[in-house]
Amino acid sequence: MNAAYVIVALPLAGALILLFGGRRIGDPMSGWLATIASAGSFVATVVVWATMLGMTSSDRTVDKQIFTWIPVGSLHVSFGLQLDPLSIAMALFVTGVGSLIHLYSIGYMKGDPSYPRFFFLLNLFLFSMIVLVLADNYLFSFVGWEGVGFCSYGLVGFWFDRETAAVAAKKAFVTNRVGDFGFMIALFLLFGHFGSFNYSQVLAPLAAGHATLAGSTATAIGLMLFLGAVGKSAQIPLYMWLPDAMEGPTPVSALIHAATMVTAGVYLVARSAPILHFSHSVLWVIAIIGAATLFLSATIACVQDDIKRVLAYSTISQLGYMFLGEGSGDYTAGIYHMIMHAFFKALLFLAAGSVIHALHNEQNMKKMGGLRKYLPVTYPTFIVGYLALAGIPPFDGFWSKEQILDSAWHMSPALWAVGAFTAGLTAYYMSRQVALVWLGQARWKEARPGADGGEHGAEAHEEYSGHGSESLSAEYGGSGQSGVGTHPPEEAHGDGGHVGGDPHESPWVMTFPLIILAVASTIGWLINAPFGGLDFLTKWLAPVFPSTIAPPIHVATGTKWILGIAVTALCFLGLGLGLMAWRKVERPELEPAFLVHGWYIDEGVSAAVLGPLTRMANAFSFVIDAKVVDGAVNGVARLTTGTGRQLRRLQTGYVRNYALGIGIGAAAILFFVALRVGG
Amino acid sequence: MLAALLASAASSGRDLANASAWAVFLVGAAMILTGAFGVILLRNPVHCALMLIITLFGVALEFIDQSADFLAAVQIIVYAGAVVIVFLFVIMFLGVDRREAAGPEATKFQKPLALILGVVALIEILILSGVTKWVSGQPSVAGALNGPGENVQKLGQSIYTRYLLPFEMTAALLVIAVVSAVVLSRRRQPSASELSSTEQEHLAAGEREPQ
Amino acid sequence: MTVPGAWYLVLAAVLFGLGATGLLIRRNVLVMFMCVELMLNAVNLTFVTFARLLNDVGGQASVFFVLVVAAAEVVVGLAIIVAMFRRRAAATADDIHALKG
Repeated sequence: MNAAYVIVALPLAGALILLFGGRRIGDPMSGWLATIASAGSFVATVVVWATMLGMTSSDRTVDKQIFTWIPVGSLHVSFGLQLDPLSIAMALFVTGVGSLIHLYSIGYMKGDPSYPRFFFLLNLFLFSMIVLVLADNYLFSFVGWEGVGFCSYGLVGFWFDRETAAVAAKKAFVTNRVGDFGFMIALFLLFGHFGSFNYSQVLAPLAAGHATLAGSTATAIGLMLFLGAVGKSAQIPLYMWLPDAMEGPTPVSALIHAATMVTAGVYLVARSAPILHFSHSVLWVIAIIGAATLFLSATIACVQDDIKRVLAYSTISQLGYMFLGEGSGDYTAGIYHMIMHAFFKALLFLAAGSVIHALHNEQNMKKMGGLRKYLPVTYPTFIVGYLALAGIPPFDGFWSKEQILDSAWHMSPALWAVGAFTAGLTAYYMSRQVALVWLGQARWKEARPGADGGEHGAEAHEEYSGHGSESLSAEYGGSGQSGVGTHPPEEAHGDGGHVGGDPHESPWVMTFPLIILAVASTIGWLINAPFGGLDFLTKWLAPVFPSTIAPPIHVATGTKWILGIAVTALCFLGLGLGLMAWRKVERPELEPAFLVHGWYIDEGVSAAVLGPLTRMANAFSFVIDAKVVDGAVNGVARLTTGTGRQLRRLQTGYVRNYALGIGIGAAAILFFVALRVGG
Repeated sequence: MLAALLASAASSGRDLANASAWAVFLVGAAMILTGAFGVILLRNPVHCALMLIITLFGVALEFIDQSADFLAAVQIIVYAGAVVIVFLFVIMFLGVDRREAAGPEATKFQKPLALILGVVALIEILILSGVTKWVSGQPSVAGALNGPGENVQKLGQSIYTRYLLPFEMTAALLVIAVVSAVVLSRRRQPSASELSSTEQEHLAAGEREPQ
Repeated sequence: MTVPGAWYLVLAAVLFGLGATGLLIRRNVLVMFMCVELMLNAVNLTFVTFARLLNDVGGQASVFFVLVVAAAEVVVGLAIIVAMFRRRAAATADDIHALKG
């Protein structure tokens, strides 16, 4: 069990080494160093997991202390790790997928001048995420929470000399902060009510039934925690940062915005299940927001032209599914879908990065097409991921989505309907993506007069000014859809330069993770198959979600079959529609303006929030600061000089006047003495 | 004390031995007041100096009236005989014996305020002397004044035994005063760098300072 | 029986007041100095009176020292005046106002 320390220590060590010596280690050794650190962390996680397998299920909660952080009065907060089924499950896929993405990045980021900085941030991110999931108390988890937020900022704005990237990074961080505010309020409430942050003191008694929580307290804490989750996991109303965060390098999008960071919110809700159990209203809120988000973002994904933005909105949508599952009371379903989603979404992002790389940083799908002949490894792996996301059996997404939708039906058929319809939409927009990228005419040949990627960037940039959600980034002069530029590194190839050459497959460091993830997306669902006693994950997570707080949800088998067939039919329908409709590239009737602008939510928020905030800031700066504060300070100075000027008139320079002053003083003293002595 | 004053005035007027003391007192008082008013009112400084002499003589008379013989003598010799002479020397030297410049007052409030102040201070001092009892009744530490024995002898004994240190210090003070007077009133000798070589020769030859 | 001490004290007080007033009124430096002398004499008179009243020779010793110090003070003061007003025709205290603030 001491391997647990290794899980945490290795990425931290890697980050520190890269921080101080990264530049000297250079490209590509720093990448390999970071990958080995994260792979080592994964191995350690597997070791711990194997050890836990050997224990009985009731013993599987182990607490490891690192050191005491805050010993103040009755509050003891320590850097401690809680190794229980939920945290180890999270740690497994975080370190596993994370290591694969580290490996992929060695190839993707090759040639970038800030190569070591990238891997430093990646390792630091991994460390923060591990802290987040393995912490044994809310406050230490919050440290990790903040850490991943910071690393997200650093990685989204990795190419910080691009204005759009810097703005997107700020947007991500600030929007996250709103959620963090909720988390902090929840921390205060937790401390106020329980006097401690430790899971063992807050959650365990509630889960075991030894303690209860008043409904109002549970609602307050639950809502605030969920607000934090909304910020981190990009749900309504704090989702706008995620599409803009695609400005970062593709591995970042894969790791942070598909597999790990955005799942932190799901984890938080799952972890806080004992608290949420006491407040049905919060569970309804979670489910409803999850449902609304999954529908809204799926609709927007249907009209995106940038290959990464489709996947970004898809991520938001799938996160909505996870919250729908958790809100319906089926935490295991949410976790199951999270793990499945990590596999196929990371796969899709990495494959998209491979495509972008092959086309020299082209990201507009309308300028791709017919690539299936050119990328023999990326194409099939992408298809696997596509089928998994679309919910086509027997690939991953189907099984986890089914479980969520069954629980949603139990909660409310209306929620099920939304989820089912959106599953069809998901299949539709992914088919659109496949049709535009892989099938059809090779449109990228037309846009290539032999120039390098920079010119593509200029042309594509102009074309984009009408598309995409014109959000705050538009105010700053960048367009929402821009993904092209001179930033991603040009990879050196052996064929003597690729200017004017055909797209070619990526090197093995990039394709190997794709293959692994494709395999995982195909058979990964077996960890919790709903038949034959193969529901390993449910049994594994059972100690964490006992029936006292998560009553098992029973849907009649017959109903399950009907629901499943209905959803699958919708998925096939969407798939077929997408493939057929998008043989032609320009279909403006299928891309209504309000969807392209993201239901105008971004503009609405900036008008509602930015305007008053700017006015308030102006008021504070130019009125209060300039006039009141400065006026007071200057007024004091003026008072002093004015008084001095008046007192100066006493200094006449004439000795006789001074003598008179002495005389007056003496007379006054005599007067007081006479008063005192005589009276 | 004012009450005692009036009572004693009434009762002591009868004694003839008192009468001589009173006469001396009154003459001295008259001289003092005349001189004082003269000093502060006359325009010509030389006249003021002469009025000061009258005041000093008046004070000496008061000393004698109180059996402070030695002090009276010293007063006349030192004050009237030396200090006022020095005053007169300086007045002649500086040539300020002309009428005091009657130019406009630099500060308008000075004179009226000074007059008011003088009156107020006087009233306050009188009140203080009237209402307080500053006599502690403790026996003298320096030695008895009244009683048998010469005044000079008593004074000398107290100065040369009890107050020896102040005596020595004032002696040193006198030396310092003389030295400082010489230094302060010396004409400023220009330094060598300010003079031309011919002027330096002249100066070395003992001529007066260059004009 | 001699004159009661109170009379001397009143006389000294009046003399002191006259000296103080003269000091503040007159502009000629030397006359101001003479007014200082008036004040000193008033003090001397007070000392002698109290020496008699309190039967204490220390009062007369004080007068002795006051006399000496007053003499020294006059010397030094006049030296300063000579140094300052050496070449001026009309010397008033108002001519020295270089420290005007």
